[in-house]
Amino acid sequence: MLAYLPYAIAAWVFLWGLYGIVTSKNLVHQVVCVAILQTSTYVLLLAIGYKVGGTAPVFADIPVGTSVVDPLVQALMLTDIVVEAAVMALLLSMVVKANELAGTVDPEELRFLMG
Amino acid sequence: MSSRTRTVFFLCSAAGLAFVFAWGIRDLPPLGDYRGPYGNVVTQVAVYERHPTDVVNAINYDYRGFDTLGEEFIFFASVLGVLLLFRPAGDEDKKGKRETKLEDALPISDTLRVSMQAMVGIMIVFGVYMATHGQLTPGGGFQGGVILASAPLVVYLSGNVKTFEAIVSSPLVKLAECGGAAGYAAIGMAALLFGAHFLTNIVPFGTTGDLFSSGTIAVISAVVGLEIAGGFVLLMQNYLREIIEERLRKEK
Repeated sequence: MLAYLPYAIAAWVFLWGLYGIVTSKNLVHQVVCVAILQTSTYVLLLAIGYKVGGTAPVFADIPVGTSVVDPLVQALMLTDIVVEAAVMALLLSMVVKANELAGTVDPEELRFLMG
Repeated sequence: MSSRTRTVFFLCSAAGLAFVFAWGIRDLPPLGDYRGPYGNVVTQVAVYERHPTDVVNAINYDYRGFDTLGEEFIFFASVLGVLLLFRPAGDEDKKGKRETKLEDALPISDTLRVSMQAMVGIMIVFGVYMATHGQLTPGGGFQGGVILASAPLVVYLSGNVKTFEAIVSSPLVKLAECGGAAGYAAIGMAALLFGAHFLTNIVPFGTTGDLFSSGTIAVISAVVGLEIAGGFVLLMQNYLREIIEERLRKEK
């Protein structure tokens, strides 16, 4: 069971993030939920790349051929963390504009279109 | 749809999703039992093929360099989006130039002022080190850029708002943002001039472990560092302006 725990945690975090997005009453809170949802992918990727006894895939001080964890999933993640921060900034700027134009950040009350 | 119906609807779908997910991971290898060939292959060949020591960055800026180019442009587009949304509205200011001075920012506590002042230099050095040593040790352009971009914020927190204003409104910030994004594509294009494929590593690889090794990996890492640093500084500048404008509007 423990062997599958990280996968279960990824699903758990993903579903809680989704729950937050669905039930949110505040757009800022909703944006944070998107961020939480996205972190579930980090857990999943790291779990997939982990190898028992593997060390960091940096051969600065260890010989090539040493057992290391998968660098591929780590490369996928590290760009995503930075890009996610910028996307959060974009989403939050939309929230700021929504608040300026509609005077509310409650998604329930933002049920109209403005041209 | 009322929020109650929606929650019930969500819980049913979530149960279904959880079931499908559980079904999906059932046949995955247990944690720590890594079987995929790619990680093993790339850690065996990367150091000999491209002469870096950090394989993560060798993948990022070489083996999947095209993907990273795409990710970099997601970042670029997000920063552009924020700039576009926070642009001054047409009727407020006809010239389209923002007049708000960051000097109107609220005063900063003495504790922050004292503790931040000493950190600026360290952060700049650390950021440059991170961005330029990506091919050797953990780090690289993405991380180094974020650290570099935090340096102006620390200048702001140390109370030197005028210096901060001078740094962030300098055209160099925009040049770094645009030049960084264009530089990555240009390095890719340069390979075409030599008759190689897009983003082929054409620069000599050098000696493994040297600062100037691993060919374009080091160059792209530095260029990405520039772009990320410029982008985050632009984000901070625009958010700060927005906050100050909002406060001034309320005070009126």
